[in-house]
Amino acid sequence: MGAATETFYSVIRRQGITRRSFHKFCSLTATSLGLGPLAASRIANALETKPRVPVIWMHGLECTCCSESFIRSAHPLVKDAVLSMISLDYDDTIMAAAGHQAEAILEETRAKYKGQYVLAVEGNPPLNEGGMFCIDGGKPFVEKLKVMAEDAMAIIAWGACASWGCVQAAKPNPTQATPIDKVITNKPIIKVPGCPPIAEVMTGVVTFITTFGKLPELDRQGRPKMFYSQRIHDKCYRRPHFDAGQFVEEWDDEAARKGYCLYKMGCKGPTTYNACSTVRWNGGVSFPIQSGHGCIGCSEDGFWDKGSFYDRLTNIKQFGIEKNADQIGMAAAGAVGAAVAAHAAVTAVKRLASKREDAKQDH
Amino acid sequence: MMDAVAPTSEAKPDLTAIAADAAGEQAVGRPTVYVYEAPVRICHWVNAVSILVLMVTGYLIGTPLPTVAGEASDNFVMGYIRFAHFAAGQVLAVFFLARILWAFVGNHHSRQIFYIPVHRAQFWKEVLHEIRWYAFLEREPKMYVGHNPLAQTAMFTGFTLFVAFMIVTGFALYSEGTGIDSWQHKLFGWVFAIWPNSQDVHTWHHLGMWALVMFVLVHIYAAIREDIMSRQSIISSMVSGERQFRD
Repeated sequence: MGAATETFYSVIRRQGITRRSFHKFCSLTATSLGLGPLAASRIANALETKPRVPVIWMHGLECTCCSESFIRSAHPLVKDAVLSMISLDYDDTIMAAAGHQAEAILEETRAKYKGQYVLAVEGNPPLNEGGMFCIDGGKPFVEKLKVMAEDAMAIIAWGACASWGCVQAAKPNPTQATPIDKVITNKPIIKVPGCPPIAEVMTGVVTFITTFGKLPELDRQGRPKMFYSQRIHDKCYRRPHFDAGQFVEEWDDEAARKGYCLYKMGCKGPTTYNACSTVRWNGGVSFPIQSGHGCIGCSEDGFWDKGSFYDRLTNIKQFGIEKNADQIGMAAAGAVGAAVAAHAAVTAVKRLASKREDAKQDH
Repeated sequence: MMDAVAPTSEAKPDLTAIAADAAGEQAVGRPTVYVYEAPVRICHWVNAVSILVLMVTGYLIGTPLPTVAGEASDNFVMGYIRFAHFAAGQVLAVFFLARILWAFVGNHHSRQIFYIPVHRAQFWKEVLHEIRWYAFLEREPKMYVGHNPLAQTAMFTGFTLFVAFMIVTGFALYSEGTGIDSWQHKLFGWVFAIWPNSQDVHTWHHLGMWALVMFVLVHIYAAIREDIMSRQSIISSMVSGERQFRD
C-alpha cells in the first residue's frame, strides 16, 4: 500500500512470480476479455511499463460477497496479480491499516492522484435519515462516497448492490438503499452486477481498466459487453432440452435426474445477463444450473422483488393481490367473456320482446 | 367527416333497382357502399390469423407443453413453437406497418383506427349515443358507413395501441436472442431502459396478450351483434369490402 509508482510487473517479479507465469496470465486475461491474440502482448506491455493504477475499494451496505468472490479468482495467479496490479491503496475489509491511519490514506490518494484513481464500490449508500443507516468512520457512507467520487477517474459498481440495489433495496426498502449511479451522476460508472459477480469477470474488468486506462465497452445499462451481453439461457448447456421441449416438472422427477431444462422450475436464465454459463464458478467447476438448480437472476435489477425464485412468471403486487400476469389476464378475459355472454343474452331477450311488440302492432 | 348515415349521405337507398322477377316476387335493392379497400381487408385477415397464432404459441412459450420423451436431438417442440411465434410476430409487424402506410393513401375509412377526434364535441356525443345503445337505452341504432364512434375509440386503443405495444415489446424480447449488435436491439433495446430487468418486459408482454384477448372477444361479439341488430352488414363487409344497409 502507499506509493503506487512502480509497475505491476516489477511488483510480481519481486514476489517471485516468473515471467512465464506473467505471460500466461496476460494471454488468459486477453482470452477471457474476448480480445484478439495481439492483446496479450499489449496487456503484458502495459503491465510492464504503466504505473499501477491506484484503486480505492469502499464498502457500503453490503455482505462482502464481492470481495470473497474476487479473492477466489480461479487462476492461482489472478488474485495476487490483480491485487498487485492495482495499487489497492484502500480496502477497509482486507487492508492492514485501521482507524485514523486508514482514513488518512483516502485523503492522501485523493490529493496525490486527483482524477487518476479508480473508485471501486462494493455495496450501496442508504439515503434515508440522512444516510445514518451506514456509518463509516463516523460519517454517513454516502458522504464518503460523494467525496471520493469527486476526484475519481471512474467508478466500478461491484455487485448487484452497487449496480441495482440488491436485497437491501428490496421492497419496502426502509433504509432507501440506492445504487451508485443514482447517487453519482457525473462520473463514468461501470456496473458489474451479480450477487456476487464471477471472480474472473471482476479481475477481467480490473485488468482491462488498468491496461487500457479506460472503461471497457458498456451496454445500454452500463455493464461491460464482454461479460454481460448474453443471457445465461443463450449459452446454457441445457438449452437443447429447452428447444426440444424437455423440462423438469418436479424436483425429484426423472427429468431432473436426466438434467433437463429448468425453465418450468422458475429458472431465470432466459432473462438474466451474466457469464455463468460460460465462465462458470470456482475455477470453472460448476454453476447453479449445472448443479440442478435454476438461475435466480442475481445479476438483474430487483431480482428479490420478482416473486418466488421457483415461478416462471413474476408476481404482480399491484391491486393488493399476488398473482402472475397469466392469472390476472385469464381472470380479466373470463370476466369480459362473461359480460359479453350476458350482454348477448339481454340483447336476445330484448329483441324477442320488441319483435312481439311489433307483431302485436301489426295486427 | 362523421360517418353517420344521414338521409343525404352517400348511402342513399337506391330504390329504383327494385324490380319484379318472373315469378312476380319483388327483388329488394339494398344500398351498398364500398368501405374497406382490398389492402385494408388483406391486412385485417392476415393480422387476425397472426394474432391467433401469436396468442396460442405465446401462451405455450410461457407455459410449455408437458415434457416430450426421447433424445433432445430428436425433438424440437419448443423450437417450432418459438419459430411460429417469431414468424407470426414479424408477419404481424410487416402488415401492421403496411396498414399504417395504407392509411396515407387509402380512403377516409382506412384512417379511422389510427386516431380519435378527441377535440370534436359531436364525436363524443355520438360515442355517448353508442354507449347508450349498448346499454339498451336507445331503441334505434345509428348507421355508419365506417366504424361508429365507439368502435373507432375501441379500435384505436384496443387494437392499434395494444398491437403497437406488443410489437415493440416483442421485438425487444426477440433482440435478447439476436444479440446487442442486431438491428432489433438497436431499434427496440430502449425498452430495457424503461424496464432494466427483462423479466418485467415479459410480464407486460403477457398482460398485453390478455388485453388483446379481451379486445378480440369484444370485437367479434360487437361485429356479430351489430350485423344483426344495426341492420347493416359488418362481417361480410370485411370480406367484400362493401357495407350493405338493410332498411
